[in-house]
Amino acid sequence: MAETAISHGHDVGHGAHSSTGLSNNKLGMWMFLGSECLLFGGLISTYMLYKGRVNVGPQPDQIFDIPFTSVSSFILLMSSLTMVLAVSSAQRKDERNMNLWLVVTALLGATFVGGQVYEFTSFYREGLGFTTSLFGSSFYTLTGFHGVHVSVGIIMLMALVGMNRNKRIPGDRAEVVELIGLYWHFVDIVWIIIFTLVYLIPS
Amino acid sequence: MTIIDRPSTDVAIAGGAPAGVKPSEALGVFKRPAASTSWRDWVVTVDHKKLGIMYGVTAFFFFIVGGVEALLIRLQLISPDGKVLNADQYNQMFTMHATTMVFLFVMPMAAAFANYFVPLQIGARDVAFPRLNAFGFWCFLFGGLFLNSSWFLGGGADGGWFMYAPNSSTLFSPSHGIDFWTLGLQITGIASLTGAINLIVTVLNMRAPGMKMMRMPIFTWMVLVTQFLLLFAIPVITVALFLLTFQRSFDATFFDVASGADPLLWQHLFWIFGHPEVYIMILPSFGIISEVLPVFSKKPLFGYPIVAMSGAAIGFVGWGVWAHHMFASGLGPVSVTVFSMATMAIAVPTGVKIVNWVMTMWGGKLSFTVPMLFAIALVVQFTIGGLSGVTHAVAPSDTQQTDTYYIVAHFHYVLFGGAVFGLFSGFYYWWPKMFRRQLNDALGKWNFWLMLIGMNLTFGPMHILGLQGQPRRMGVWTEGRAGEGFFNFGFWNRVASIGSFVLGIGVLMFLVNVLYTHKSKKVAISPLDPWDARTLEWMTHNPPQEHNFDTIPTVGHLDEFFHRKYETDSLTHSVKQVHSAEEVMAELNAHPDEHIHMPSRSYWPILLAMSLPVIGYGLIYNRMLMAVGVSLVLLTMFGWSMEPSTSPDDDFDPPAPGEGGGHTKELSPLG
Repeated sequence: MAETAISHGHDVGHGAHSSTGLSNNKLGMWMFLGSECLLFGGLISTYMLYKGRVNVGPQPDQIFDIPFTSVSSFILLMSSLTMVLAVSSAQRKDERNMNLWLVVTALLGATFVGGQVYEFTSFYREGLGFTTSLFGSSFYTLTGFHGVHVSVGIIMLMALVGMNRNKRIPGDRAEVVELIGLYWHFVDIVWIIIFTLVYLIPS
Repeated sequence: MTIIDRPSTDVAIAGGAPAGVKPSEALGVFKRPAASTSWRDWVVTVDHKKLGIMYGVTAFFFFIVGGVEALLIRLQLISPDGKVLNADQYNQMFTMHATTMVFLFVMPMAAAFANYFVPLQIGARDVAFPRLNAFGFWCFLFGGLFLNSSWFLGGGADGGWFMYAPNSSTLFSPSHGIDFWTLGLQITGIASLTGAINLIVTVLNMRAPGMKMMRMPIFTWMVLVTQFLLLFAIPVITVALFLLTFQRSFDATFFDVASGADPLLWQHLFWIFGHPEVYIMILPSFGIISEVLPVFSKKPLFGYPIVAMSGAAIGFVGWGVWAHHMFASGLGPVSVTVFSMATMAIAVPTGVKIVNWVMTMWGGKLSFTVPMLFAIALVVQFTIGGLSGVTHAVAPSDTQQTDTYYIVAHFHYVLFGGAVFGLFSGFYYWWPKMFRRQLNDALGKWNFWLMLIGMNLTFGPMHILGLQGQPRRMGVWTEGRAGEGFFNFGFWNRVASIGSFVLGIGVLMFLVNVLYTHKSKKVAISPLDPWDARTLEWMTHNPPQEHNFDTIPTVGHLDEFFHRKYETDSLTHSVKQVHSAEEVMAELNAHPDEHIHMPSRSYWPILLAMSLPVIGYGLIYNRMLMAVGVSLVLLTMFGWSMEPSTSPDDDFDPPAPGEGGGHTKELSPLG
């Protein structure tokens, strides 16, 4: 969805002519992210309702490895910093650094997703399957949706690097980078909420 | 906006284009489809007007499907011990009737009007994201077909349109019907979400110079509110549908009571979506009649800012009333009180609107054309439905009425008497704008009166049936238990069933009217401004050219077109016409814009949308097919983003004044 929303730079003109002063693409991305808030709102509510509800299978405090997840959370948050650097390089038309920081952001994101895969595997070994309990179903669904969002972000970042190499980014390149940055920061902020509510607050 | 002068286009891509290559070919790998006049043009089009017509035709097709389902339900209930449908088929019939009418008729028909008229009303040449717009339409079409394909693959969904858990689990509904339902609604949900983003950005960002928010036509205002409701409501149903899919396909435990799950979770998620949804269905129709009533009363809309703001207020308060659908579920006294009060409060802005419409007509020179009749009928019928709605806000009374025909009567009065009458008002009002001919007035009046009488015969008796206790989803009634005298179930069920066929004939009259209007040689071409209208969409040709306006008008007033035609005497406050519509158009187009750049056609919206049902069938039947679907989606997304941004031959130069008014080829809804 985000992919489709951002790839439209040329058809619709630029910010200067719009009624709000924001470009169509940027306003569209903000609307999309507003909608995403409700998506994660629904998933987080489901998790909060169901965690600790029944005493079947492993409980949260028995399987969470807080130090490990803290490190992977830190890595994801750092990727927001590198994303800012990429946007700033794009705005200064510094192509080399822009590509560099985009790749670094994607790598940090991939490290986070890798950590999540490792975490899921070890939880599964400890007996928490998707169908084991309400906690299992709602935990995997919530964090899984977040992981898919990070993965989509990584695909967009790598596509951006590839398309930039072939000079195929339509419209205002700095703005395209900024739009993907908006998405990326949003996904990070959602993780801060998930990490706090799911991992840090004891059930 | 969509105007880009050629020189600046060249500058914008100069960095990347190798010498000797046309700018548009330098970006992207696949060619854009060229313009043509055959059916292929409809497949690749990104024109908001064509997409609007396609939305309309498809939605009307599903209206007939849903109508046939309704008639089968009434046929089953016309006599005691009905044998038309068995219990299983009856469950599928009422589920699919509601789902089809809500998701595949009312919502997309409102989207049809929004697509066609919002850009015209705000003086834009297209929507903000034309390809996304096309993608939305194709998602709606393929999602609707996918959903209805379940009829041929083991039967439709059978859990009722709100699909309460745990009744929706595989234990109680082992057929694939509910899987088709969840996945089909997921696909049409994508259509609604992309449409919402698109129209919000269009309205906020692409208004003509001088078109402030408080100068926008009320229809555009109501569409804006509706799209914000969709933007925030769709993700909630998306979550609910995902949870249900995961439960049915991957054995998750979300609604499994044996595992300790709370079935109320589904009810909350569904109604947090579902209550804004009812405003999503009614507000566009409120917008349509707020255009129609002033035009045929020869007066401006009474209290324009109040009407706009009460629409927005409905949009806000609409988020705080969802649990009134759940009064019977044991929420506890505090929740019930809060939601009861909020529900009564939301009647206030709605009542304000009704007062405004009545005051608009008060003292006006009313002309009772067909669109006006439908609009007046909406005010009356919706008020009846609104009053029975307020009785639901009273929780003790609602507990008595829950799951009876009284509820069915209420929501058909607001949805059929409200939303559908508004849409029909829109058909008659805007038909000459879209298709150059006015629908026949006499046939239109048959259409109107049969629908009005039919709907009151059908849904009026349901109040009585419901208060007497006929349950909502009862498939069979027996003579022995039907009661006696005035309150005899059998009598009122027969009346309702006969009424539904009158209603059906009424709707058929509309199709007859369309056929007559476009096939008969006697029907003349409509004048440019047949209704003496007030808003910008009437400052275009009938039908509008592909780029809508040769010159983008600068707006100085609410009801700009009216102010260009009429002058008000400042002493006597009398209004007199100083220009005809033709003169206003000629003046506007005396200096047409040069190099109007329109978005190019594209193959990718339909290809991407076609890939989504593949994932759906894959999830139900074969996981390999699902993998194929996912790869198709990824491939088409990359195709989309690699597409060149323009095709070279798309710029349009309007002819100089005196050379004629461009091309105004007639569009037939049938051809």
